[in-house]
Amino acid sequence: MKTYTNTGNKDTRSGFGAGLETLGKTNEKVVALCADLTGSLKMDAFKANHPERFFQVGIAEANMIGLAAGMTVGGQIPFTGTFANFSTGRVYDQIRQSIAYSDKNVKICASHAGLTLGEDGATHQILEDIGLMKMLPGMVVINPCDYNQTKAATIAITEHHGPVYLRFGRPSVPNFTAENGNFQIGKAIHLIEGSDVTIVATGHLVWEALEAAKILNESNISAEVINIHTIKPLDEEAILKSAAKTGCVVTAEEHNILGGLGESVSRTLCLNYPVPQEFIATKDTFGESGIPAQLMDKYGLNKEAIVKAVNKVINRK
Amino acid sequence: MSNTQQLERITTQVRRDILRMVHKVNSGHPGGSLGCAEFFVALFFEVMDRKDGFDMNGFEEDIFFLSNGHISPVFYSVLSRSGYFPVEELNTFRLINSRLQGHPTTHEGLPGVRVASGSLGQGLSVAIGAALTKKLNNDNHLVYALMGDGELQEGQNWEAIMYASANKVDNLIATVDLNGQQIDGSTDDVLAMGDVKAKFEAFGWIVLEVEKGNDMKSVIDGLNEAKKMTRNEQPICILLKTVMGNGVDFMMHTHAWHGKAPNDEQLATGLAQNEETLGDY
Repeated sequence: MKTYTNTGNKDTRSGFGAGLETLGKTNEKVVALCADLTGSLKMDAFKANHPERFFQVGIAEANMIGLAAGMTVGGQIPFTGTFANFSTGRVYDQIRQSIAYSDKNVKICASHAGLTLGEDGATHQILEDIGLMKMLPGMVVINPCDYNQTKAATIAITEHHGPVYLRFGRPSVPNFTAENGNFQIGKAIHLIEGSDVTIVATGHLVWEALEAAKILNESNISAEVINIHTIKPLDEEAILKSAAKTGCVVTAEEHNILGGLGESVSRTLCLNYPVPQEFIATKDTFGESGIPAQLMDKYGLNKEAIVKAVNKVINRK
Repeated sequence: MSNTQQLERITTQVRRDILRMVHKVNSGHPGGSLGCAEFFVALFFEVMDRKDGFDMNGFEEDIFFLSNGHISPVFYSVLSRSGYFPVEELNTFRLINSRLQGHPTTHEGLPGVRVASGSLGQGLSVAIGAALTKKLNNDNHLVYALMGDGELQEGQNWEAIMYASANKVDNLIATVDLNGQQIDGSTDDVLAMGDVKAKFEAFGWIVLEVEKGNDMKSVIDGLNEAKKMTRNEQPICILLKTVMGNGVDFMMHTHAWHGKAPNDEQLATGLAQNEETLGDY
């Protein structure tokens, strides 16, 4: 079984910051807007290197979204930065009308997504953002899994003309994908080939899926692990091909079971090749304060939960 | 005939277009559209430095954003009359498969429209963003925006108003259609906004008041005066005092015609009060 090495824990938001820093040098049309969270979003380097292209908007997210939409008129490529909650739910109508419906080339970059925001609690831990964003026509939704992939995704979305939601997080997590890897929007990545079950994971849950596959391998269960960094457009072909081979699927995400990756996979299977599916996701609940790892354990978003779901789904075949 | 008189003649045709558009589909917003007819004609036929044709980026030309998108009839009429698309297309207003949606959108590719609007309170932010981009591109042309007065009740405007002065966005002229009316009644009755001029000034804007917002010369003079004050490290606001429904006597001084179309008889009365000058579409 193929294994992956953690080259050292890093936060995905720093991957975003590094990608933005690179873009500052390589693409003069890239501008960055931030709603009073420059340090949290790791936008400091871009700000320091290109002060004329950095726009501090204050605690005014609605205005930030409108400014970004307007800045595209004239060819700029705006990257907005704030927490995932304030990037989506707080400004849903602004994104819907001024960006999505208006076909504006804005990259909405959202940190501190999900439970792993930790101690600040449920007011800041949005678990509905993937659903909100994927429902908007034309919106691309990306949730990379580690530092390297977040950096690569940040750079890659600049080449896509149209609105993108890029979701990443706060905690340091294993960094295991290739440095400066090729990032293709909408292209699933097969991390492990397997024959008994397909595990489709996104974001922080990808590493947990790899760890689960190791545990399953010890019980002679061969798990195929797919990293779905792009939730929309979904690589349906990759999922269906794998499901045809293994006959069952487990999806894993740091998001509500309603509206997330799991539902997109479920729809794809239902329409094309129905097989049993189990969901690793929060079960229509808000989060709470705590250490990120504790929260992931409490809400069942870890390798043990994935192993359990795999055993269950295999029995349903 | 003076230039002002010519523009006034265009305005009566625009009023006819507005009335005929909303009458045909028995829906749309004639009141605010009629009240802003002089402003739109002045802006597009006289004040703005526009290029032929349309490209979204609007390089090296003045550009305009409409925030209160429900007055789409006047926007569409003036866009077509100033050459952005054929006037015959006004026939498709609010019909299925049309580029002339109930509220303006870029989604159908209608030339002249640079952002969707209708959900209120968003256009000023977009206009400020476009003004920032003009500065980044060393483009010395201006950005114009129009919003309704009732729309100022949306909080996003005040985020934008605060941002524009703090960041010296001085290549922007934002006009507020101060007609004192909104759907549920007068703005004072629905949610009194107090002294709008003092509010903008307290936020660091230059405010120009145009008392006669339906007098062509006053509107042009106001816009030209505002133009002269640009590039002075302060954003500029014009408070344009208009009469909702202007030019059609039974629609004036009331909010009743905010979102209501005239019947056949009312249409005939309204058209009789406005001379056909450019030819009906």
